[in-house]
Amino acid sequence: MTGRRYVVLAVLAGAVPLAVLGVFFVVPVLGMVGLGFFPDGRLDLTGAAETLVRPRVLGALWFTLWSSVAATALTLLLGLPTAHLLYRVQLPGRHLLRGLVTMPFVLPTVVVGVAFRTLLAPSGPLGFLGLDGTPVAIVAALVFFNISVVVRTVGPWWEGLDRRREEAAAALGATPVQVLRTVTLPALRPAITGAASVVFLFSATAFGVVLTLGGVRYSTVETEIYLLTTQFLDLPAAAALSILQVVVVVGLLVLAGRTRPSEDGGTDRVDRVDRRTAVRRLRRGDLPAGVVTVLVLALVCTPVLSLVVRSLRVDDRWSLRNYAALGGTGGSDALLVPVTTALANSLRVAVDATVLALVLGLVVSVLVTRPARSPGRRRLLGLFDGVFMLPLGVSAVTVGFGFLVTLDQPPVDFRGSPWLVPVAQAMVALPLVVRTVTPALRGIDPRQREAAAALGAGPLRVLTSVELPVAWRPVLAATGFAFAVSLGEFGATSFLARPDRPTLPVVVFELIGRPGGESFGMALAASVVLAAITATVMVAVERLRVGTVGAF
Amino acid sequence: MPSKTWIVAAALVPPLLVACSAGGGSSPSDNDSSTVTLVTHDSWSMPKKVMAQFERESGYELEVLRSGDAGQVTNKLVLTAENPIGDAVYGIDNTFASRAMDAGVLADHEPTDLPDSASAYVLPDDQSGSTLTPVDWSDVCVNVDLEWFDAEGIEPPRTLDDLTDPTYKDLFVTPGASTSSPGFAFLLATIGRYGEDGWLAYWERLVANGARVVSGWSDAYEVDFTAAGGEGDRPIVLSYASSPPFTIPEGKQRPTTAALLDTCFRQVEYAGVLAGSDNPQGAAELVDFMTSRTFQDALAENMYVFPVDDEATLPPLWKRWAEPAPAPIDLPAADVAQNRDDWLRAWSDVTAR
Repeated sequence: MTGRRYVVLAVLAGAVPLAVLGVFFVVPVLGMVGLGFFPDGRLDLTGAAETLVRPRVLGALWFTLWSSVAATALTLLLGLPTAHLLYRVQLPGRHLLRGLVTMPFVLPTVVVGVAFRTLLAPSGPLGFLGLDGTPVAIVAALVFFNISVVVRTVGPWWEGLDRRREEAAAALGATPVQVLRTVTLPALRPAITGAASVVFLFSATAFGVVLTLGGVRYSTVETEIYLLTTQFLDLPAAAALSILQVVVVVGLLVLAGRTRPSEDGGTDRVDRVDRRTAVRRLRRGDLPAGVVTVLVLALVCTPVLSLVVRSLRVDDRWSLRNYAALGGTGGSDALLVPVTTALANSLRVAVDATVLALVLGLVVSVLVTRPARSPGRRRLLGLFDGVFMLPLGVSAVTVGFGFLVTLDQPPVDFRGSPWLVPVAQAMVALPLVVRTVTPALRGIDPRQREAAAALGAGPLRVLTSVELPVAWRPVLAATGFAFAVSLGEFGATSFLARPDRPTLPVVVFELIGRPGGESFGMALAASVVLAAITATVMVAVERLRVGTVGAF
Repeated sequence: MPSKTWIVAAALVPPLLVACSAGGGSSPSDNDSSTVTLVTHDSWSMPKKVMAQFERESGYELEVLRSGDAGQVTNKLVLTAENPIGDAVYGIDNTFASRAMDAGVLADHEPTDLPDSASAYVLPDDQSGSTLTPVDWSDVCVNVDLEWFDAEGIEPPRTLDDLTDPTYKDLFVTPGASTSSPGFAFLLATIGRYGEDGWLAYWERLVANGARVVSGWSDAYEVDFTAAGGEGDRPIVLSYASSPPFTIPEGKQRPTTAALLDTCFRQVEYAGVLAGSDNPQGAAELVDFMTSRTFQDALAENMYVFPVDDEATLPPLWKRWAEPAPAPIDLPAADVAQNRDDWLRAWSDVTAR
């Protein structure tokens, strides 16, 4: 095969995810920004420029930056020790705990808002902390949502690290801290960077939770865009903020890209190992990690438990009535379809979205990890890689309203095209897949591939015997994640889901906005079911073995 | 030779994309004149049999597109005025009506058989008098937890002024005006009562007296309110005149909460035909159906609002316990449209302090 054909194929394969991204993300965003910058068909930036110097906007920008940085740092600080304990140590019940840590990720934000406020309100069990309506509550909620991103992207990666290198360092006299600093952390760096960028983007664009917990006092760029678009209809200002958001996101991605090791860095090479050599017994040195893990479990379990408890209380008595009601449409037929049907919809859509995100994500990951022979090509691949992070960093409100003003003609008409829901969810899941799989593929020594090829292995054989053994665990983690993202996605879905075919988070939102204890109880019960199913699916996916590959 | 890997990958993508769209289900019949698409807010809720009756009588298929709160519905319609997302709209209220009318979102529609009692709700500044048809109304009022006040031996408040009385310090919670439509209605109540010059000072007193501002109605009512299943610490909450019947404990006869009828702002919801609709005839029939007895009868039970037809059926508990305000606070829709942004900005500044 000639070099030219190689390039043509690369371009063709890369064009598919790019086209999807272009239609479902770039076009809508440009449409909204265009409306703001060309208010009467002519370019007029005065409104936009005035916005950027408003004290309120500057305050929102500052709050966004520091709360997201704080949330990211805290999530890493808590998540890494937890990942260590849950993935590297033979802790009894660790699979269960991994599932538990995942639950917050898919809980509808409206419900989490209520759960946090129930705990933190002055009358709540944690009211004495005085955290209600403070930035601390917001940051805590962001950590609550994102902890699983760190645990579940770094964990599987950590599990696959060869312990012998650390043992060698220790045998040569390195203290545990030195081993951690000079051997373990550098080896984990690609996974940590990937997880950190995702957490930062999720935090910077978090919206429901900031709105609920921040009350009217704290606003972020995202909540400002929401208010400007949905309440004030001030499109120039919203456009200016959307652009600001993109600039910040791109700036961060460039920064994160800098810290990624170069092609020949060598520090992140992964040696394929047997699980048995990677996971070891619990020992006294794990105590600090254990303390952190207990903290994390407390942070995760307290709001979840309070939800479970409230969902089981009916008229001050214990009852399963809220759960029994999920088979129906609520008091006086509040819903178009029973909650159980919505759950079935959610699962169906999630399967589609997961397949799509996985296929597109793998194409992107495989492409960006091919050796680039010239600096220009390497930069191009870096750009290609980064572009797929954008959907996480740009306002869902802008994208959603952009759908309205741009995708309103066949063949892509957002109205009544049921396949738009999985596609939109896949765009949100795609960055997670890429960030989980790419570091694994990048960690493979190219010489291994070359050696396999030289020994006569065909490309498929190279893929299955060199790349898959290293990548299968992150691929499974990515699958679970894509599934969870899809199950929990609300912003885009509420825009696109057909009314007679809602997903579970959409139904929860409908229920919680209605008066009457019955609707509220059903909303809580439905959220608990959603979280439990997601955790179960993620644990099950993770425990799959990929044929013989896992058992070498 | 890694390139063949890519062939495999590239070859996999298109069939999977197709498989996905197939998995999503069949495409609906859109844009044809046998369907009427109704754009409405998230609180829309109508039993299947009511919708089926419309479909049977008119011969059209009804499709409902829930599109956020009243503000979002209006803004979406304004943004898509060129190519409307549906044929009819329901749920634009008197605080957003002017924005929709000014943007030319609505087509003229002369309602047939509008109940006599509905004429009181026709917008005075609806120039042609025929773009928005009133369907229902609700009173946004301050509610109090009677049991709490009884237990404390304090007389519950009655007026907006009372809320700034030190007796009721730290007892009131309301959803924010910028994030919640009942919250905005309450802001309008205070502006209607204290006037352009006095409302900011009132809010300063209110905040100084420990009023808590949260983001949404469900937050205030379900978390902070002491009654209604919540275990909060605020016995005074902003809600609706129709909320009390929902707080009748099982096996009891009386609600444990009451609405303060001197604090109410009346929200009126309208329906209309969208300009540029693919099916104006069907949209007109749908709007007329909404003022018909079948639909009016179902409103209270399903959307917790009062029908504009005063002869329509109300649930028995409502007749007794959901008393509307005899003289709600009024504010012209045109004033609201003109000043909305300024009021909200000023309000945000006062409450963020």
